[in-house]
Amino acid sequence: MFRRLSDRASGEITFTFDGRPITASAGDSVAAALLAAGVRACRTTPVSGAPRGPYCMMGVCFECLVRIDGMDNRQGCLVTVQEGMRVESQRGSRTLTPEPAQ
Amino acid sequence: MTKGRVSTERGIADLADEYDVIVVGAGPAGLSAATTLAGTNARTLLVDENRTPGGQIYRAITLAQPVDRQRLGEDYWRGRSIAEDFLRSEAEYAPATTAWSIQPLQGDAGQTIGHEVGLSSNGVARLIQARQVVLATGALERPFPIPGWTLPGVMTAGAAQIALKTSGLVPSGKVVIAGTGPLLYLLAAQLIEAGATVSAVLDTTPRENWLRAFRHARGFLVSPYLAKGLKLLQTVQRRTRVIRWVSALAAEGEGGLKEVVWGAGGREHRMAADLLLLHQGVVPNVNFSNSAGCAHEWDEAQLTFRPQVDEWSASSVAGLALAGDGTGIGGAEAAAIQGRIAGLGCASRLGLVAPAERDRLAVPLRTSLARAMRGRRFLDELYRPAKAFRVPQDPDTIVCRCEEISAGQIRASVSAGAGGPNQMKVFLRCGMGPCQGRLCGLTVTELIADERSKHPSEIGYYRLRFPIKPLRLHELAALPQTETAKVAVLADLADTHHPADLNERKPQ
Ligand SMILES: Cc1cc2nc3c(=O)[nH]c(=O)nc-3n(C[C@H](O)[C@@H](O)[C@H](O)COP(=O)(O)OP(=O)(O)OC[C@H]3O[C@@H](n4cnc5c(N)ncnc54)[C@H](O)[C@@H]3O)c2cc1C
Ligand code: FES
Repeated sequence: MFRRLSDRASGEITFTFDGRPITASAGDSVAAALLAAGVRACRTTPVSGAPRGPYCMMGVCFECLVRIDGMDNRQGCLVTVQEGMRVESQRGSRTLTPEPAQ
Repeated sequence: MTKGRVSTERGIADLADEYDVIVVGAGPAGLSAATTLAGTNARTLLVDENRTPGGQIYRAITLAQPVDRQRLGEDYWRGRSIAEDFLRSEAEYAPATTAWSIQPLQGDAGQTIGHEVGLSSNGVARLIQARQVVLATGALERPFPIPGWTLPGVMTAGAAQIALKTSGLVPSGKVVIAGTGPLLYLLAAQLIEAGATVSAVLDTTPRENWLRAFRHARGFLVSPYLAKGLKLLQTVQRRTRVIRWVSALAAEGEGGLKEVVWGAGGREHRMAADLLLLHQGVVPNVNFSNSAGCAHEWDEAQLTFRPQVDEWSASSVAGLALAGDGTGIGGAEAAAIQGRIAGLGCASRLGLVAPAERDRLAVPLRTSLARAMRGRRFLDELYRPAKAFRVPQDPDTIVCRCEEISAGQIRASVSAGAGGPNQMKVFLRCGMGPCQGRLCGLTVTELIADERSKHPSEIGYYRLRFPIKPLRLHELAALPQTETAKVAVLADLADTHHPADLNERKPQ
């Protein structure tokens, strides 16, 4: 549902989403990288399990919540994608799981 | 974090413990406030959630290439000098940093002598003190609660603009843009100019608005909005189908958007779509000013609550100024001027600019501000979203996206005795999810007002608490446990999380 303008592609970055390798452009937010890869939904809701995807891209809606390198509840639209990052869709509850030390 | 330099590697660990002023928000208002303050030798820190300065209108401006000038237009390009002036100033800059609380600091006689601002960046939280604070946190797109607006594939038009400005992404496939507002045709034109093929623009501006707006046409006719608006309209009309007088709208699909359904001229129409971009204007983002306890009022022309400010942009809370679209929508040019006025006000309260000098410097700014505000009333009236798109008529329409609470449930809670948003919250948990009411607050106020046949000003808004963005346990644990910090955090945990979460989340 999104394609990248050729004049705006910068250094390639590879990360995984639910185990699948995805190529992004340096500087992309996680949410933008997922949209560019055709991923529409990145989580399911805690209440009904409905699929959701990024809605505002500016940090206000919290629809882009994903698990990044083992940490739940990261706002994908505010986190810059990094080489080797492990992004997973967030299933249901947003309860905090024990967090790995930074 | 040296002067005006972007440094994300060390994050906020390098910041001082105290500043004269902390400015929150690096849009035109915050950038101008910080530049003005640094120019008076105030020790100034500017923090912003984004990685580069610019705010919404000038997002990613420091990364923009000459082709972006063509795609995004001259008004976007203008942001370069505002950002460059700031980066040249002596102000410090903490990008990728979220401000999540502000608590007054009391002097011996109980007077407010400054504020402690909670900041968080890359998993590190700090409490930093400032004698004055300027909040320039801007606006967000007005909630657009239609059936199916939570489906993946439905986003805001602003979101698509952000993807374009920051990552060069262009909507592809079958794209429909729907809504109203002075920015609708700008957003559509920018996307089209960048190469998006838009199947249709569904314009929900009610016909009767033209009559209401006509009374305010004088200011509009002498404002630059007229020529700019006509040009945008022309671009969009030439390149896509514009369908007017749309009076009903829904997104449909299982698990994701498949079709857009709309009503116009008494008939129902459908169109297959991969992406639906919604937009019905922008409203002040009041979460910060509300949590800080600033007085707010209902603005009937803009159909929103906004914080009250004086002629120097000072709020009702001592030592706290507010500037830009966060205080009411005036547009980018007005925001930049307000930022400078707020900066002068702060500098004078800090004793760095004498009152007479402050007043003298503000004279030309006030003239420019009045000019920048010309035509605003016309735009407000013309693009006033129809009630059907603000107050969902279908009881099944989701209002609170986080907790999945429908319009019907909210209306029922009113019959069950919830008189206002805060009581309703207790009944339904509506507004208590991570977005903290940003995407439902105005809808809830207007729904309850509608159900009780009262005016929104009598119903009020959610009472919000810090932290305005969820913090992580390890961030909390690492903070010095000052009384104010503890109180803020405990209040929030009790208020905004499922009881089941509480046991796990109690800070040590
Ligand atoms: C999505 C969107 C797109 C827009 N696009 C345009 C456009 O193309 N043209 C136009 O004329 N107008 C546009 N506007 C209208 C906009 O309100 C402008 O008038 C202008 O950007 C307002 O400037 P400002 O300085 O008041 O706020 P903004 O430019 O919105 O800047 C506010 C800044 O504060 C930051 N911020 C907010 N809360 C926090 C926090 N808690 N901690 C840290 N940082 C925080 C934000 O990240 C943002 O950078 C847009 C509005 C939105 C919401
Ligand atoms: S998409 Fe809305 S917060 Fe990230």
